[in-house]
Amino acid sequence: MPELYQLTIKEKLEGLKNSSFSSLELTESYLERIKRIDPELNSYITVIEEEARVKAKESDQRYQAGSPLPLDGIPIAHKDIFCTEGVLTSCGSKMLANFISPYSSTVVKKYEESGSVVLGKTNMDEFAMGSSNETSYFGPVKNPWNNKCVPGGSSGGSAACVSAGLAAGATATDTGGSIRQPAALCGLTGIKPTYGRVSRYGMVAFASSLDQGGVLTKTAEDAAYLLKAMSGHDPKDSTSLNVEVPDYINEINQDIKGLRIGLPKEFFSMNLPQHVEKSISDALKVFEKLGTKIKEVELPHLDLSLPVYYVIAPAECSANLSRYDGVKFGYRCENPKDLDDLYMRTREEGFGPEVKRRVLIGTYALSAGYYDAYYLKALKCRRLIAGDFDNAFKSVDLILSPTAPDISFALGEKSSNPVEMYKQDIFTIPANLAGLPAISIPCGKHKGLPLGLQLMSKSLEESKLLRTAHHFQLNSDWHKSWPSL
Amino acid sequence: MNAMSEWETVIGLEVHVQLATKSKLFSGASTLFGSAPNTQACNIDMGMPGVLPVLNEEVLKMAVKFGLAINASINSPTQFCRKNYFYPDLPKGYQISQLDNPIVEAGFLEIILKEGKKKIGITRAHLEEDAGKSLHEDFKHLTGIDLNRAGTPLLEVVSEPDLNSAEEAVAYLKRIHSIIRYLEISDGNMAEGSMRCDVNVSVRKKGSKELGTRTETKNVNSFKFVERAIQYEIKRQVSVLEAGENVVQETRLYDSQLNETRPMRSKEFANDYRYFPEPDLLPVLIDDEFINSLKDQMPELSESKTKRFVKDYQLTEYDANVLTVDLNFANFFEEVAAKSKNPKLAANWVMGELSAFLNQENLTIQETKVDSKKLGNLLNRIEDSTISGKIAKEVFEEMWNTGSSPEKIIETKGLKQVTDSVEIREIINQALDQNPTQLEQYKDGKDKLFGFFVGQVMKISKGKANPEQVNKILKEKLEE
Repeated sequence: MPELYQLTIKEKLEGLKNSSFSSLELTESYLERIKRIDPELNSYITVIEEEARVKAKESDQRYQAGSPLPLDGIPIAHKDIFCTEGVLTSCGSKMLANFISPYSSTVVKKYEESGSVVLGKTNMDEFAMGSSNETSYFGPVKNPWNNKCVPGGSSGGSAACVSAGLAAGATATDTGGSIRQPAALCGLTGIKPTYGRVSRYGMVAFASSLDQGGVLTKTAEDAAYLLKAMSGHDPKDSTSLNVEVPDYINEINQDIKGLRIGLPKEFFSMNLPQHVEKSISDALKVFEKLGTKIKEVELPHLDLSLPVYYVIAPAECSANLSRYDGVKFGYRCENPKDLDDLYMRTREEGFGPEVKRRVLIGTYALSAGYYDAYYLKALKCRRLIAGDFDNAFKSVDLILSPTAPDISFALGEKSSNPVEMYKQDIFTIPANLAGLPAISIPCGKHKGLPLGLQLMSKSLEESKLLRTAHHFQLNSDWHKSWPSL
Repeated sequence: MNAMSEWETVIGLEVHVQLATKSKLFSGASTLFGSAPNTQACNIDMGMPGVLPVLNEEVLKMAVKFGLAINASINSPTQFCRKNYFYPDLPKGYQISQLDNPIVEAGFLEIILKEGKKKIGITRAHLEEDAGKSLHEDFKHLTGIDLNRAGTPLLEVVSEPDLNSAEEAVAYLKRIHSIIRYLEISDGNMAEGSMRCDVNVSVRKKGSKELGTRTETKNVNSFKFVERAIQYEIKRQVSVLEAGENVVQETRLYDSQLNETRPMRSKEFANDYRYFPEPDLLPVLIDDEFINSLKDQMPELSESKTKRFVKDYQLTEYDANVLTVDLNFANFFEEVAAKSKNPKLAANWVMGELSAFLNQENLTIQETKVDSKKLGNLLNRIEDSTISGKIAKEVFEEMWNTGSSPEKIIETKGLKQVTDSVEIREIINQALDQNPTQLEQYKDGKDKLFGFFVGQVMKISKGKANPEQVNKILKEKLEE
């Protein structure tokens, strides 16, 4: 008999419906695990214990009344980038370490409306800038599979907490791989939907044209439940897509026979570690068995992705983070001499080194005389990369690659070498630049640490990604194991 | 001024027009002026983490209407961008504005000068959000921030450097003011900051093709101050150049108390704004259908109204121009004209007596103490000879002071004109009897004394005798 936390979301919903256990019992079981396990992992910044119990009781009443909501009683966690009314929303930064949000993001509201129970807010790299969760003001997060290793980032807290069974699923955001890379490093399913599928209203901005909300879960089926709840058009977000959200849960069982999966030769000529190559070729055998066709595709401008990203993302971030000036909310330095001193010391003391580095890079890239050479050129290259995908998707339905260059690495191993850290996202960044949906699923293990593969599709084809991932999981066991904690 | 004549002035104006929307450019907060600080700033206006802008469609309509009124092209798509700078009353640390593809581009308008008409090019008009206000006076050693104004929509109208004098600049500004009032896209209230002006001035030797170094004088907020600031800058720059020195390109401010411009601290404007396209707003497509629907809604603007007034009311172009500068003024005139059936008389009264009273008490036409209906009635009493024009002025003053109707005033004060010829004859006899010497002189050929007798008759009748009848009967009498 599995423990409550080990049940899939579908099984949890059935259990709640059948009164096998109550929502309060389910919530208490998670709160107990958090108390026991999280002091070591550090995956939560805030646990909302009392409020969670209140919501769980409300959920039980709805079950008793026979009118439960779609995710009624499912305990989840929100990345601390989603504004939550009356709750600390720190974004992993000293700058917002005292910021109690006066309003809730659209994502938080949608989950409220779906009946889910929020256990707390998860740790993250400061302002979502990082690939190891080591830039958080609230301390690093440990990988549940090996506490000497990082969980990935920036959604490291969300990944670690789901992987350790401290929430049934967690929201996350992905600007260059911040959902998928931690999914791979923690052995989870992580989906970044199409840009515009999930509202960005109330999601603290890092790089507006790349940021996209999504989820981290144990399985693709769990992801279908959570993604359905958070997606949809939001009039408060002008970049939100006004298109209907398919029924991911029902469509997940549709056959994947005949789907064409493309392998970009640029990715596979990169000298991948042997265990990464092996995990991918093993996965391809499963996909072939499921009746898909594998073929090579070309994405000739792929090598531009990393440099283009590290111009566009910092440029947008440099403007998005200007509001943290010590005037209206958040951190303010003590006894400023004058206005300049207020600005300089507030930002010097309130931001960590990685955030400062990116603000400086972005400010430089947008400066008079450099704009054309950096920002404008990066925008043009971005079009080329998006064009590569348009071409590739003429002959294939999905594109497959590793999610991350390797398994997780030791805490501190890359934190003094930013470029090494940036290379963590080499496979994930292209989907953000092109605005495409992508999913990462577990596909192997090396030295006891998980490996993941990534699938990308055309815009708005999240359903196809979830379906393909689900069928893979029906024919593999990598997603089933739990770390021993 | 002779020394000046070898110099030529080149002026360009940037006019910030606050658009009269109910809610802000990118949020649902109200734009009402004068509320308690920070009561009209929502999370979006305050730049809270995670908030996003949503464009107010009403603003697009207003900007397109302005574009149509100045014969400009409308850009589609039009693009918003971020203008980055730090200031405590700029909540996000950037202002959402437009750089490339502003909504309105390449238009013009005509100003009317003594010498005739002149065409002034308008480079562009773009949308942007206003900042909040820093309050330095109310707190000791502290600055207060009021974000009520933050996010209020502005249309920044940039002219070509086609203006060559303070007079032309003011005429241009008044045309812009007239257009925004006619379109009802702004209240144009300069005192409240609904219309503000940055003035770019340079001088050069007459005949020179190259532009001189310019200065920009920021935030001048009345027609008079614009005129004075320009005049001051011209004199200053000419004297700098004549002393063999160079004009420094700089931002200045106008001090209305001292009537001078002086440089702003260099820090207040030395900025690299690092413009880039606003990623939170998609480029806005403005299709022909949208533009055409607005074309249908365009009101008659002052130029066509002037033409119509000349044609329909047989007014001079000058008079028609005076009447149409302000839409409310023009509407008031038309109401009086309709009521009185004598447009020429209506025009004279609206521009004359009424304007004098308004000016004296510094009132706008909306605040007039004599409404168009009552004024029309008064003019009808002149028309039907109940009172003379002279008495009408007396009645008007009484109307203005008491709010009473002309009929009532004429009645109670007994001002009704004497039109009974028997009665007039009696008054004339009286006047002739009282002035035998003058009568003698008149009969000896001193014709000029005719006016003297008219005056005496009017005096005896207390101005109530019908002047035409007085003329006619007096003439007969004296011919006898």
